[in-house]
Amino acid sequence: MTTETLPSTHPAGRSATSEDGATTTTAPPRAAARTRLKTEGIYLWFLVPTLVLFTLAITVPAILGIFYSFTNFIGFGEWKFIGLTNYIAVFSDPAVLSSYLFTFGFAIVTVIIVNVIAFLLAVGLTSQIRVKTGLRAVFVIPMVISGIVIAYVFNFLFSNSLPAFATSIGFGPLQESILANPDLAWLAIVLVAAWQSIPGTLLIYIAGLLSIPGEVYEASAIDGAKPLRQLWSVTLPLVAGYVVINTILGFKNFLNVYDVIVGLTNGGPGTATRSIAMTIFTGFTGGDYAYQMANATIFFIIAVLISVLQLRLTRGRAAIA
Amino acid sequence: MSTQAAASIPLGDARRVAREASVTRRRRGRVGQERTNWGTTIVLFLCALTVLVPLYVTISMSLKSTAQAVDGNAFSLPSPIDFSGFSKAWALTNFPVAFTISILVTAASVIGTVLLAALASYAIARNWDRKFFRYSFFYLLAAMFLPFPVVALPQIQLTGLLGLANPLGVIILHIMFQLSFSILLFTAFLRSIPLELEESARIDGATTGQTFWRLVFPLLAPMSATVGIFAFLASWNDFMMPSLIIADSSMQTLPVVQQIFQTQFSNNYNVSFASYLMAMAPAIIAYLFTQRWVMEGVTQGAVKG
Repeated sequence: MTTETLPSTHPAGRSATSEDGATTTTAPPRAAARTRLKTEGIYLWFLVPTLVLFTLAITVPAILGIFYSFTNFIGFGEWKFIGLTNYIAVFSDPAVLSSYLFTFGFAIVTVIIVNVIAFLLAVGLTSQIRVKTGLRAVFVIPMVISGIVIAYVFNFLFSNSLPAFATSIGFGPLQESILANPDLAWLAIVLVAAWQSIPGTLLIYIAGLLSIPGEVYEASAIDGAKPLRQLWSVTLPLVAGYVVINTILGFKNFLNVYDVIVGLTNGGPGTATRSIAMTIFTGFTGGDYAYQMANATIFFIIAVLISVLQLRLTRGRAAIA
Repeated sequence: MSTQAAASIPLGDARRVAREASVTRRRRGRVGQERTNWGTTIVLFLCALTVLVPLYVTISMSLKSTAQAVDGNAFSLPSPIDFSGFSKAWALTNFPVAFTISILVTAASVIGTVLLAALASYAIARNWDRKFFRYSFFYLLAAMFLPFPVVALPQIQLTGLLGLANPLGVIILHIMFQLSFSILLFTAFLRSIPLELEESARIDGATTGQTFWRLVFPLLAPMSATVGIFAFLASWNDFMMPSLIIADSSMQTLPVVQQIFQTQFSNNYNVSFASYLMAMAPAIIAYLFTQRWVMEGVTQGAVKG
């Protein structure tokens, strides 16, 4: 309850972590000795059905998709190998290129906004405030709401309420829906995507802030650091690991953006807000199956590269995501 | 969903999050002022409005009459209060069917994820010295690097061929995409359970199956809750997968059926908002009763990994 208990809980939590991280690769030796004596048939029953199902549901489609990306398959009927033709075409396709530019730009802007807001909220929510639990509960609500549904709600606000309001005060630029404006529509998508994903990021930052022992604040206060200086020079460096993780996880997540766009602009106006996922899905209806699988394979390679980067940056913390 | 996020920093932080309220700031309070920071409290209340206002808009729009809803003023109070939007939305979306399908898909995904992941994790954790189990672990984890859009086209094709272009296919895919993360959480947790417990159960004559069901699975309960919450959020809120996999639109889930208001009935805003509210409400209500668990569970899952 008091300051004395906290120092003892913190090291405990920490050491459990590093132990845990280490044992990812080395299991308790006793398990080894014991299972050799026991029949392990039952263990196979625990694992193998899941492996089979997983292979059929994930691995087979993945291999099949990569295979088809080297063909001219249109989703049904006959096909033949055409080598790297699809890949070459994808690289010079302005529609694909613009979807990558849009998606990456969107992901970078959103991840920055989400992290800044979530971090500041987390600092606020771990300070000496009233109704702390209630406020936290409110900020987490967006997490339990379906992205498509909240995007429809915001769609109404952007295309009906905001223009109606702008008209009533005679503000010209906003009298037309920003969703119909190719230069502004992406901002609406950033806003709704941020609204929806701040809670997850926030919870991770709160956990990070709570892992900082109180002593460091006492020490820096004795050295004369003001609250803002503490935030910048003490808090931020100590949650740097959490910043890295939130950034990469958020970025990976935003690269898959789909629901929010469907609910707001459906990729429009024109194709101004069409994401990579939306472009890939056109392969299903547009007869571009093999072509979009080449696109999907490239996207997959990018996703793997980002994950490798993540593993490197979070090395020693046993991060996998 | 974003919360798939399996980051991984320290263990143990998570549990503190929900309950630390009184404890944490005392530390800082020793040095600084002990009193409530009213400035921050007020700023946070204002920030909370960004969450609450869209919800208020949804509720107030759903209670308006069609004539009032069409004026575009989302923030006005409904007058007169008109419930007819709900009955129309109920009929238009065939709410009972969509709701039932959503519940079934979510429940089956949650139960399936927890059971399959717990069983597989137990087998892996207790046979770590065997190559087959060790490689299986990394194999199952590899799906974390695989975004759904990458395999979506072949999955649509295959579920169509196998007669799984229906909610059952979505259930299977939801479980499979949730496995990697869940197995990661379960195996980490299993390593923290002392083996002596299981050994004593075996000395008393319990088989491996009995040991798992009677002893290990109950011990896994806190982690099962975390895994279950993630599976629930991913499945209940999912739009992308059901909209692509389920071929028959009369078998669609609750988030997907909301699409009809974009094409038809697009000017009956009170009806569409009543429908959005009915789609949001179950998860929000469930959250309000379990928010402490949800926050704890999500933090634990996200931070641990």
